[in-house]
Amino acid sequence: MDADLRISLHAWMVLTRTFDDAMVSMWKQGRGLGGTFSQRGHEAISVGAGMALGPDDVVAPMHRDLGTYLVRGMSPERIFSNLLGKATGPSRGRDANLHGMGDLGLGIIGYISHIPQALPTTLGAAMAFRYRGERRVAMTFVGDGGTCSGGFHETLNMAALYRAPFVLVIENNQYAYSTPLHQQMAVSDLAARAASYGVAAERVDGNDVEAVYRAVSAAVERARNGEGPSAIEAVTMRMLGHAIHDGAEYVPAELLEEWAAKDPIERHRNVLLEDGVVDTVDLEKMREVAQQRIAEAIAEAEKAPYPDPATVTEGVYA
Amino acid sequence: MSGDQGTGGRELTYLEAIAEALSVEMERDERVLVLGEDVGGTFGGAFKVTKGLAERFGDRRVMNTPIAELGFVGMANGMALMGLRPVVEVQFADFISTAFDSIVQFAATNHYRWGGAIPWVIRAPSDGGIRSGPFHSQNPEAWFVHTPGLKVVAPATPADAKGLLISAIRDDNPVIFFEAKPLYRSVRGPVPEGEYLVPIGDARIARRGSDVTIVTYGSQLHEALAAAERLAVDGIDTEVVDLRTLKPLDVDTVLDSVARTGRVLVVHSANRNAGVGAEVAARIAEEAFMWLDAPVTRLGGLDIPIPFSPPLEDAYRPDATKIEAAVRKLVAF
Repeated sequence: MDADLRISLHAWMVLTRTFDDAMVSMWKQGRGLGGTFSQRGHEAISVGAGMALGPDDVVAPMHRDLGTYLVRGMSPERIFSNLLGKATGPSRGRDANLHGMGDLGLGIIGYISHIPQALPTTLGAAMAFRYRGERRVAMTFVGDGGTCSGGFHETLNMAALYRAPFVLVIENNQYAYSTPLHQQMAVSDLAARAASYGVAAERVDGNDVEAVYRAVSAAVERARNGEGPSAIEAVTMRMLGHAIHDGAEYVPAELLEEWAAKDPIERHRNVLLEDGVVDTVDLEKMREVAQQRIAEAIAEAEKAPYPDPATVTEGVYA
Repeated sequence: MSGDQGTGGRELTYLEAIAEALSVEMERDERVLVLGEDVGGTFGGAFKVTKGLAERFGDRRVMNTPIAELGFVGMANGMALMGLRPVVEVQFADFISTAFDSIVQFAATNHYRWGGAIPWVIRAPSDGGIRSGPFHSQNPEAWFVHTPGLKVVAPATPADAKGLLISAIRDDNPVIFFEAKPLYRSVRGPVPEGEYLVPIGDARIARRGSDVTIVTYGSQLHEALAAAERLAVDGIDTEVVDLRTLKPLDVDTVLDSVARTGRVLVVHSANRNAGVGAEVAARIAEEAFMWLDAPVTRLGGLDIPIPFSPPLEDAYRPDATKIEAAVRKLVAF
């Protein structure tokens, strides 16, 4: 893999983690608004998968795919503005946290809470590309929990049936809110669920950004070449609670310790150092740049205006 | 409000008028496609509304889907976001509940939440009276009328079926198009050729009268008109307002009629409790109270699942006889 690409993957993960750490700390200080969702531990998936798309492709990220929003070019200022209910966020104060952050100019379809609504919607985007003969791909994400929902099965069946240019990344982070995998399903291989519909499926280490990037890139290429849909199960761990209020006491401490040792950013950092792609000075600079960038974004979002209540009914209809 | 139902010599059934609207729009606009269960091939749908479309426009534009309403309406959401204009058939309006999230959570809220327009149409064959039982007879329009972000239409005549379907396809918002399936082959009327549009949000005075107003839509329009003829024999002059669009509601046309007659009966096949008639009645009570000479009255289906057996279904549904009785009571108030 090209050194610049490896560095870029790392830099986006660092920016994502820096955003997340700052957000969690803001909410704990009472400077947040409503709830929010930490994506800690998911950086390799959201960044690796997001980077695998081309500029004309479309993606529907979930609430833990902060890295994908950033990679697609949504600025940290706009995202913090959305989190704080400001007029300058992509939903103009209409939708909460990382929901409703659609921007078709950036190829992003906004997320809704109803799992797995993003799946059939994204399939529809893929079908529109196929309908017009465009070499574009549509990608979305689902958690382990979402694979239990009917819409997951309906979508994968149709994606395979229509050979749609559709890519699904299954983020197996071990928990659906407080419910562990073994209480959600009698199977443990989520890729097999997709494969059973005739969707090309594989499982990757979701804490290895380069592995995620390679697997999703291959899936995107297949989709672009008319070879049909793919599902990639990326195995990881949700390192904090479901949402900011959730202490996740139900997760065994030893499980978190085990996964903390596999932290995607720490791991990639060591690989880059071992391979001589970067040195510690580069990494320190990368961290400082990210911190500076996020601090500026927060300052801008905090001073941005709230939406005018006179506009509350605007936009219900196109 | 407009009353023109076309004056050309040509007549079509309600079903033929819908089919013609689909053809006209598919011919005109490459972005329009049809999808749903059994709509494709030579079969052409459970009611044959799409028969012939696949031969004419190809499988690419007339897509059969698996039994997966949540999935294929969700798919239509994505197609619409990317600039297509899908027309989705849910085989019976009763099955639309299976796609509820895709409609009321995604499609209805999307433009408000982040500006992504969802220009699809869902065609939902609704209504009963044809002995089809609890799951092939429903009128679920109130769920959608209650949902911000949707538009809901329910034509009663062949001309309106064509004109409103073309308008729905060209609308930039999600539109639910309730077809009254008892009318498919039983009602025939003049239908203008070519690109005939009836604006969404415009009620029609289907019959002029001065003593009492019946506000209705869908198949009950024909029951109301039949009742009006019987009432006329006794000198009761009934005005009939066909709402045509249920959301947005043409309140002005309703209020104007009530102001002239002072008595109003609201009729629909759907069960009465919290139905569309409740909203109509509330708007009249709020905005036309000073004109009323009698209480606003509603006649709807009973608040029960729709029964199958003829005496039971007839007991459930409003019809011309029940409408006539309700009007006589209103006039005598």
